[in-house]
Amino acid sequence: MSIAVDLAIVWAFIIAFAVFVYVVMDGFDLGLGILFPLFPRKQDRDVIMNTVAPVWDGNETWLVLGGGGMMAAFPLAYSVLMPALYTPIIAMLLGLIFRGVAFEFRWRTTSERNKWDIAFAGGSLLAALAQGVALGAILQGIQVSGRHYAGGWWDWLTPFSILTGVSLVIGYALLGATWLVMKTEGELRDRAYGLSWALLFAMLGAIGAVSIATPFLHLQYTQRWFTWPNIILTAPVPIAVAAVSVLLLRALARKYDYQPFFLVLTLFALCYAGLGISMYPFIVPQSITIWDAAAPENSQIFMLFGVAVLIPLILAYTAWAYYVFRGKVQAGHGYH
Amino acid sequence: MFEGWDAVVLARAQFAFTMSFHIIFPAFSIGLASYLAVLEALWLWTGREVFINLFNYWLKIFAVAFGMGVVSGIVMSYQFGTNWSVFADRAGPIIGPLMAYEVLTAFFLEAGFLGVMLFGLKRVGPRLHFFATLMVAIGTLISAFWILSANSWMQTPTGYSVNAAGQFVVADWLTVIFNPSFPYRLVHMVLAAYLTTAFVVGAVGAFHLLRDPHQAGARVMFSMAMWMATIVAPIQILAGDQHGLNTLEHQPVKIMAMEGHFESHKDGAPLYLFGWPNQAAGKLEYAIGVPKLGSLILKHSPDAPMAGLDTVPRENWPPVVFPFWSFRIMVGMGMLMAGLGLFSLIQRFRGRLYDSRLLHMFAVAMAPSGFIAVLAGWITTETGRQPFTVYGLLRTADAASPLAAPAVASSLIAFIIVYFAVFTAGVIYILRLMAAAPHHGEEGPAKDVPARAAGITPAAGAVTGAIR
Repeated sequence: MSIAVDLAIVWAFIIAFAVFVYVVMDGFDLGLGILFPLFPRKQDRDVIMNTVAPVWDGNETWLVLGGGGMMAAFPLAYSVLMPALYTPIIAMLLGLIFRGVAFEFRWRTTSERNKWDIAFAGGSLLAALAQGVALGAILQGIQVSGRHYAGGWWDWLTPFSILTGVSLVIGYALLGATWLVMKTEGELRDRAYGLSWALLFAMLGAIGAVSIATPFLHLQYTQRWFTWPNIILTAPVPIAVAAVSVLLLRALARKYDYQPFFLVLTLFALCYAGLGISMYPFIVPQSITIWDAAAPENSQIFMLFGVAVLIPLILAYTAWAYYVFRGKVQAGHGYH
Repeated sequence: MFEGWDAVVLARAQFAFTMSFHIIFPAFSIGLASYLAVLEALWLWTGREVFINLFNYWLKIFAVAFGMGVVSGIVMSYQFGTNWSVFADRAGPIIGPLMAYEVLTAFFLEAGFLGVMLFGLKRVGPRLHFFATLMVAIGTLISAFWILSANSWMQTPTGYSVNAAGQFVVADWLTVIFNPSFPYRLVHMVLAAYLTTAFVVGAVGAFHLLRDPHQAGARVMFSMAMWMATIVAPIQILAGDQHGLNTLEHQPVKIMAMEGHFESHKDGAPLYLFGWPNQAAGKLEYAIGVPKLGSLILKHSPDAPMAGLDTVPRENWPPVVFPFWSFRIMVGMGMLMAGLGLFSLIQRFRGRLYDSRLLHMFAVAMAPSGFIAVLAGWITTETGRQPFTVYGLLRTADAASPLAAPAVASSLIAFIIVYFAVFTAGVIYILRLMAAAPHHGEEGPAKDVPARAAGITPAAGAVTGAIR
C-alpha cells in the first residue's frame, strides 16, 4: 500500500497540536498558581482554585499525550530530547506534583497557614519556568551522536533558555489573569484587569526579546525568517502579533469579559506558529528531522486511526465538562 | 558526589521507587471507582440514603487518592525518556502506541468526567452524574488494559521484527496487544485492585463497627467488602495459579527463581516453603520444602522433571532473592485474604457479622494486605524478568540513558524527598477522612450541594430533571 500523504508531517502536526492544547489549557491553570501570591485573601484563593478544580486534570492530560505521543510517533526524538532536557523535565514533574496534589490537599489541611497554597504557587512557577527553559534549550540546539544525546546534564542552562523560561512564566501569568477576568467578578475581577495590563506589556517585551535573540542562535533561523521569498510567509506573523496586541489593549480598556482571554490564546497561537516556522523540519533543531525520527509506518498508521476517532470525541466531552461548569464562580459557592 | 556510582543501578532504583509509590494509588482507585459506581447505582435503584452517604464518603477519599495517582503517573510516562532513552528509542514503536492509546481511551475519559463526578451532581442531575461516574470507572479499567498489555509485551514479546536501526517493529498488532501473558496478567491485576479496595473498605467498616456495631454506613460497607473477600479472594488464588502456569511456559527462568530451584530435579521437584537464596553459591540455604509438591503444582505430576537455574547461563539469572521472597509474601497475603473471607462467611451465617470483635479486628489488621500483595506481586514479576527489559531481547543494562551517575542520583534523591513529603501528607488526609464515620447527610467534595442530602432522592431528581 502506498501512502500518498507524508505521515511524518501528519504526526508532526498532531504532536504539535497536543503540545499547543497543553500549553494553553494548562497554561492558564499554571498562570493562576503563578499569580496566587498576589491574591493573599483566602476567599479569593478559594474562588481562584474553584475556577479550574473541575477541569485541571483534563488539561494536564494533554501533557501526557504530548510526551507519550512523541515516544510513539518519533521515538528517536523522544529518546534524545528527554536526556538532554533531564533537569528541566525532572523539575517540571516535581513542580506538577506539588501543584496537582494542592487542588485536593488544601481543602483537607487543618492548619491555619495553608502550606498547600505555597505548594500550589511554587509548583506552578517551577513547572512553568522549567517548560520555558526546555523550549529554549531545544531551540538553541542539542548535541547528538548517532542515536544518542551526546552533551552534558547542564547544557540546557544558557541566558537564552533563562529568557524563554521567564517569558513563558509571564505568558502563563497573562493567560491566568485573563482567565480570572472571564471567570470571576467584583473586586477580584478588577484586580485581574490590572494585572492583565501589566502582564500584557511584559509579554510583548518578552516576545520581542525572544524574537530578537532567536535569529542569533543559528544561521538557519535567520535565513528562514529574513530571506526572500520566505519573508512573504513569515512577515504576516509579527504583523498579526501587533494587530492582536492592539485588539487586546482595546478589550482590556473596554473591560470585556471574554475577549481578553481568547485574544491571549490567539497571541499564543501566533508565537507557536513562529516557533514552528523556525524549527521545521527539525524536531531536534539542527540534527534530527521529523523524517529521521519517525516511527515505522505501521506504528504511525495504527495510532492515526485512534487519533482520528478519539481526539474529536475527547474535545467533545471536554467541551461538555467546561459547559457544565460555565459562568462566573462566586465566593462561597465553591465546589469544596 | 556519586561519580563512582553505577548510573544504571541508580536508574533502576529510581524506577523501582517511583513505580512502587505510583502503583499503590491506581491499585486502590481502580477498585474504588468501580465501588463508587456500584454505590451510586444502588442509590439510584433503591433510593436508600445510606448508599448516597457512602458514595459521598468514599468520593472524598477517591478525590485525594486519584490526584496522587495522576501526578505520580506523569512521572512514569516521562521516565521512559529521561532514564531509559535507549529503551524508548528501540521499543518506542511498540510501547509508544500502546501508551498513546491508554492516554486517548482512558486518561482523557477519566479526567474529562472526573470534574462532573466530583463536583457536578447538582449541576447535571443524578442520571448524567451516574454516567460520569461510570465513565471514570470504565476509564480506570481501560487504562489497566493498555498498560498491562505494554508490560506483558515486555515480558512475553510476540508479533514483532527488528529493523535496521535496531528498533522493534510491529509485524501484527493483535499479536502484540494480546501477547501470551497479557490475559493472565490483566485478570490477576484487576482482581488484585478490586481486592485491595475491598480490604480497605472492609477495614474502615470494621473500624467503625468496633466503635458502634449499629453504624448504618459501616454495616453496609463491611458486608459488601466481606462478600468481595469471600468470593474474589479464592478466585484470585486460582487466577494466580493459572498466571504461574503461563509464566512457566513462557518465562521458565522466572519460575525457577520464584521457586528457589537452583538445581534441576530429574524426578520431581520439591516445593520450598522457606530458605535463603545464595546467588553466589547457586544454592538455596536453610531450605524447608515438601518433596515433589513443586512438580505436582506446576506440572500436575509428582515425578515430572523440572530444570533449574543450573541449566541457565549465569549472566541470565535474575536476582533470586527478590522474586523468591516477594512471591512468598504475595502468596501469604492471598491466603490470609481468603482466610478472612471464609471467617466472615462463617460469622455471617452465624448472624454475627456486625458484632464479632475478633472478625473486625482481623479485618482492620488486613487493611494494607492488598497493597502489600500488589507490591510483592509486581516485585516478583519485574525482578523475575531481569536481567532483561524486553525479555530475552534487550538487556536492562543496555536500555538506560547515556547519563552521568550524579544526574540520576540527584533526581532520585529529589523524588525520594518529594514523594515522602507529599504522599505522606496525602495518606494522613485519607486516614483522617476514614477516621470519621459516614453519617446522615454526608457531603461530597462539592460544597454547593446542600447539606441536606437526605432530602435528595433519585426519584425527586428524576421528576424535577435536576437537583437545585
